[in-house]
Amino acid sequence: MSLLLNLQDAVSQGILWGVMVLGVYITFRLLDVADLTVDGSFATGGAVCAVLLINGWNPVIATVMGMLGGAAAGAVTGILHTLCEIPAILAGILTQLALYSINLRIMGKANVSMANVDSIFSWLVDATGWKQSQAALLIGAVLAVLIILALYWFFGTEIGAAIRATGNNEAMVRALGENTKKIKIIGLALSNGLVGLSGALICQSQKFADVNSGLGAIVIGLAAIVIGEILLGRLHSFGSKLAAVVVGAAIYFMIRAFVIWLGLNTNDMKLISAVIVVLALSIPVLSQKWKIRRSYAKGGQ
Amino acid sequence: MLRVLNVEKTFNKGTINEKRALNGLNLELQDGDFVTVIGGNGAGKSTMLNVIAGVYPIDRGQIILHGENISTWPEHKRARFEGRVFQDPMKGTAANMQIQENLAMAYRRGLKRGLKWAITKEEHARYHEALKTLNLGLEDRMTAKVGLLSGGQRQALTLLMATLRKPELLLLDEHTAALDPKTSAKVLELTRQIVEENKLTTLMITHNMKDAIRMGNRLVMMHEGRIIYQASGEEKEHLQVSELLEKFEQAAGDAFANDRMILG
Repeated sequence: MSLLLNLQDAVSQGILWGVMVLGVYITFRLLDVADLTVDGSFATGGAVCAVLLINGWNPVIATVMGMLGGAAAGAVTGILHTLCEIPAILAGILTQLALYSINLRIMGKANVSMANVDSIFSWLVDATGWKQSQAALLIGAVLAVLIILALYWFFGTEIGAAIRATGNNEAMVRALGENTKKIKIIGLALSNGLVGLSGALICQSQKFADVNSGLGAIVIGLAAIVIGEILLGRLHSFGSKLAAVVVGAAIYFMIRAFVIWLGLNTNDMKLISAVIVVLALSIPVLSQKWKIRRSYAKGGQ
Repeated sequence: MLRVLNVEKTFNKGTINEKRALNGLNLELQDGDFVTVIGGNGAGKSTMLNVIAGVYPIDRGQIILHGENISTWPEHKRARFEGRVFQDPMKGTAANMQIQENLAMAYRRGLKRGLKWAITKEEHARYHEALKTLNLGLEDRMTAKVGLLSGGQRQALTLLMATLRKPELLLLDEHTAALDPKTSAKVLELTRQIVEENKLTTLMITHNMKDAIRMGNRLVMMHEGRIIYQASGEEKEHLQVSELLEKFEQAAGDAFANDRMILG
């Protein structure tokens, strides 16, 4: 396959994954919680959606159910973290681990093929005769725009503002009369709802659901966020920051397509993802230190 | 309006770090009282404020506000009645949010938050007017992030936020201690102005004895988790710092002079 064709495929994948990255952005950047539920809730969204589709459900409803499955997982992490006071990272890991068993129970086996079932992409493919990836690109782009608009609205509301404030200063939010436990549960449910939605979209575009499909999703999410911030870091409005997140996801998958074209395989991509995140998080810190050291002048004579 | 009855609070109970912070604390505030609280380090001043605000649960006793026992209410529920300003200027505001967004959060203290816009047009005008009273020029920077402000500006903003929706009780926890003397005086003056204009019932902790005498209509001195001396009206007006030190030594049987209070 030519690189160009791969890249087009990558962009459509990237936008569908971008929905997940928006979810990660909510916890990582707005709520200031490192939520590792993501790897599990992504697969949950796919598992729920796949099983419902195989049983003849309407694709739109099945997709929404996948989203709700993810949201429920996020709410569980939120409850473990706030009511049981388990540190956020551990609460996420626990939910993620439990979800592995739950996802297997939902699907009945580790991998479910959906080759001949209807999906939200198949009607567009049937109607227009486009390729699957083109249909996914169009539907993904429309969905991404709608979700960004919805998030832009939501984080401008009273509850949305309380979520952002909780990520800033929990003590203040309590002093101003809001229950920060409730706020964190809402934030985690919303975040993982988007992750589940993304899982449901991806399984439909790939025509299979896999219990391991979410493996490393959190790192993909962080990598996409930092790529988006590096490339579009000068944009300051909230809406453009959200858009940068989806652009970051598309670019991540373009890099991945390029790496595969070079002859590496998808498993190598996990290493590359980790390296991208490490570099993106460490370079600003190290360069700052280097600048400070360089600007030191001895003086005093 | 507020009655603190025989309240006890011990931290790290049953461990080597056990610390009895409140030891049979009794305090009664009337509507419109402005009480200043002094006392050495570890006297229990901040703990008193924090148990009234619901930050920690108490071990024993009652906290009664307007006849209702609020001793077991969570912090966010008590916030309906209480405006608070902390010692740390970073603690009262959200740094990554705009000045007007912070005010809008504060304006909804004690109200149910829903899916309505976080700031309405009408509120914008209200905040503009409110910021003008601070005389810091913040009314022209309403969309600036609070993190860009200085400690004094943030503390003045926090004070405005705490009183934007009139609280039944204003709790000030050494809110000028982290500021330089000039800024501290400014914020204190602002405090006096806001409290007088709104006739707020106020509890203010300070390390500065002169401020404690100068401000408010009552003064209480704490030691080892209880109140050891109170003054109000004429008696308080004519108090001298040296008298306060003497009172402390009498009551506590202990020299006060080592404490950082004397530096104030």
